[in-house]
Amino acid sequence: MKDISGPKATRYSQPLGDKLWRNFVIGLPYLWLFLFFLVPFGIVFKISLADPIVAKPPFTALFDFGANAKNWLHATFDNYLFLTEDNLYWISYFNSIKIAGISTLLCLLLGYPMAYGIARSTPTVRNVLLMLVILPFWTSFLLRVYAWMGLLGKNGVVNGLLSYTGLIDAPLEMLYTNGAVYLGIVYTYVPFMILPLYATLEKMDLDLQDAAADLGAKPWQVFVDTTLPLSMPGIIAGSMLVFIPALGEFVIPALLGGIDSLMIGRTLYDEFFVNRDWPLASAVATVLLFILVIPIMLFQRSQQEKK
Amino acid sequence: MISKNLTQTKQPATPYVPETLWLDPEAKPFIQIKGLSKKFDAFTAVDDISLDIYKGELFTILGGSGCGKSTLLRMLAGFEMPNAGQIIIDDVDMAAIPAYDRPINMMFQSYAVFPHMTVAQNVAYGLKKERVAKPEITRRVSEMLELVQLSDLAKRKPQQLSGGQRQRVALARALIKRPKVLLLDEPLAALDKKLREQTQFELMNLQYELGITFVVVTHDQEEAMTLSTRLAVMDQGRFVQTGTPTQVYESPKNRFVADFFGTINLFDATVISCKPNEDTASYNIKAKMDKTGTIVKAVAESLLRPASAITIGVRPEKIRISHERPEGDNLTIAKGVVEDLAYYGNRSIYRVRSESGRVIQVSAQNYQRSEQLSLEWDDQAYLSWDASCNVVLTE
Repeated sequence: MKDISGPKATRYSQPLGDKLWRNFVIGLPYLWLFLFFLVPFGIVFKISLADPIVAKPPFTALFDFGANAKNWLHATFDNYLFLTEDNLYWISYFNSIKIAGISTLLCLLLGYPMAYGIARSTPTVRNVLLMLVILPFWTSFLLRVYAWMGLLGKNGVVNGLLSYTGLIDAPLEMLYTNGAVYLGIVYTYVPFMILPLYATLEKMDLDLQDAAADLGAKPWQVFVDTTLPLSMPGIIAGSMLVFIPALGEFVIPALLGGIDSLMIGRTLYDEFFVNRDWPLASAVATVLLFILVIPIMLFQRSQQEKK
Repeated sequence: MISKNLTQTKQPATPYVPETLWLDPEAKPFIQIKGLSKKFDAFTAVDDISLDIYKGELFTILGGSGCGKSTLLRMLAGFEMPNAGQIIIDDVDMAAIPAYDRPINMMFQSYAVFPHMTVAQNVAYGLKKERVAKPEITRRVSEMLELVQLSDLAKRKPQQLSGGQRQRVALARALIKRPKVLLLDEPLAALDKKLREQTQFELMNLQYELGITFVVVTHDQEEAMTLSTRLAVMDQGRFVQTGTPTQVYESPKNRFVADFFGTINLFDATVISCKPNEDTASYNIKAKMDKTGTIVKAVAESLLRPASAITIGVRPEKIRISHERPEGDNLTIAKGVVEDLAYYGNRSIYRVRSESGRVIQVSAQNYQRSEQLSLEWDDQAYLSWDASCNVVLTE
């Protein structure tokens, strides 16, 4: 009997090289995330379970297999407990969430009309406007924050201008306030809100808005019923791109903020470099990560359920 | 399919619509468009258009892309504001009425079905905006879904529907508002051929049963021909000709309409004589074909001076093709060679190069089965048509 199954079976199977190559390409980002995210996080988590000591490194080892050791595993949750006991951490977490949340909202309120305007302008104007949105990135971030210090300071440009025109007698307190932090964050992160919003608004079918109007929706109803829900992916993407970095923001509150604008980034910095309490700092960082990861995971789950 | 259901669904009683309301000088137009113009910067999209559409009509605006037909439709719907002119619908001037308050609904070419709402939510949307009571919305939505045969799909999202189903959602969504006028932008363009034919008849039946005035915009002359009670051919922002499909097809006003609305063979000719015909209030002319010198008879609408240049048009299906030289009185006869032929099953298209060197297109019904087809490539053939088929074009 002639064997016809042989060639048929191999016809559809891919060459081994193709398979290897495909696995390699898929595996590369996983490897990257493993090496540069998961492993460092594991180290940070490990340190957060240790006790601080004056040594190098400044924390106790997690495992001790020495002869005098009472216990081979040396782990403590004291650092996490301490976080709940001291008001400082509650306040800085709460402050961070508040400042990041309000900044995200401000970015959305400011960025949405801008993105809408860009998406609805003629192609030539659109490219110029997009360029203008991206242009600030061409200057160093730090330099731009320092520029704001120069603008807002007691003897800064704004106060100078206002007193020169006679609008004020004494200089306004603008620098080192919460307002300056909001200004700095919104200024820095608003492009991250505009770009994803622009991307969703630009590809939206304009007939949908006309259709809503045609069916009896007033202009504000057209916005609420069609434009807003259909731009939700852009709103969520933009909000995450603003909220996540703003939450851990260190430079802006440090340079522009006052004593009351304490954010978790500053607390983290102080624990690491001022108090040299690495385990506590690691605990602060771990909690921060969970504050960020859990809502994102919940959101993704709800998105998958929708599909 | 729709019409079958319609008879079972209660619809508001509609008055009998005479099919030729526009011929009655006493009749009052339902939609009056007066001197309407729309400019975009330097470009004039709609140029001083006036038109009366009567109640219950299915009026089609036919034109190529960029002729201004969509702008006209968008002005009717209220999405664009005219630079000049008036739109009056059922005695109400639309100038001050925004899109959301007009008694007009539109079916978009893209259908514009809301992707974030289910079929039922899409259909209910217009009623919600009208603040209709909830139980009534539920009742009317299920009635409307029944009408367009989408009841089973009420909970689906538009992404889960086929093109034809999405179109029904768009249609149901517009009709549920019981508009005075329904605007349809290229209603059949996105459907495949079989579905087109079916939908075409459904739309016509629906329009007839509901008595809603339909205004259709299309670039497809076949669609315009089968759907409309009347149609207007539009070019460069103006109406070139308005009339019933038969009028526009059989008596095109000029070369543009003749060529755009169907296929036509055009011959340059010169008038020899022109005599008025008392009975038909038209003129019998004799003309000489410029290329061949053949003398042809035709009927003109207006008095033409001898020696004036005209164009004689003959539709391909009016021409008979045969092996033998045909005999007859009023026949125009040309001899040629079959250069090309295309077999469509029900008919065949022949392209015949006449002795004068020009190609004449002939469309012939295939009365006989293909095995008996007698004409082949490079065969000698005689073309003949009756003088009454000659269309005189002066523009």
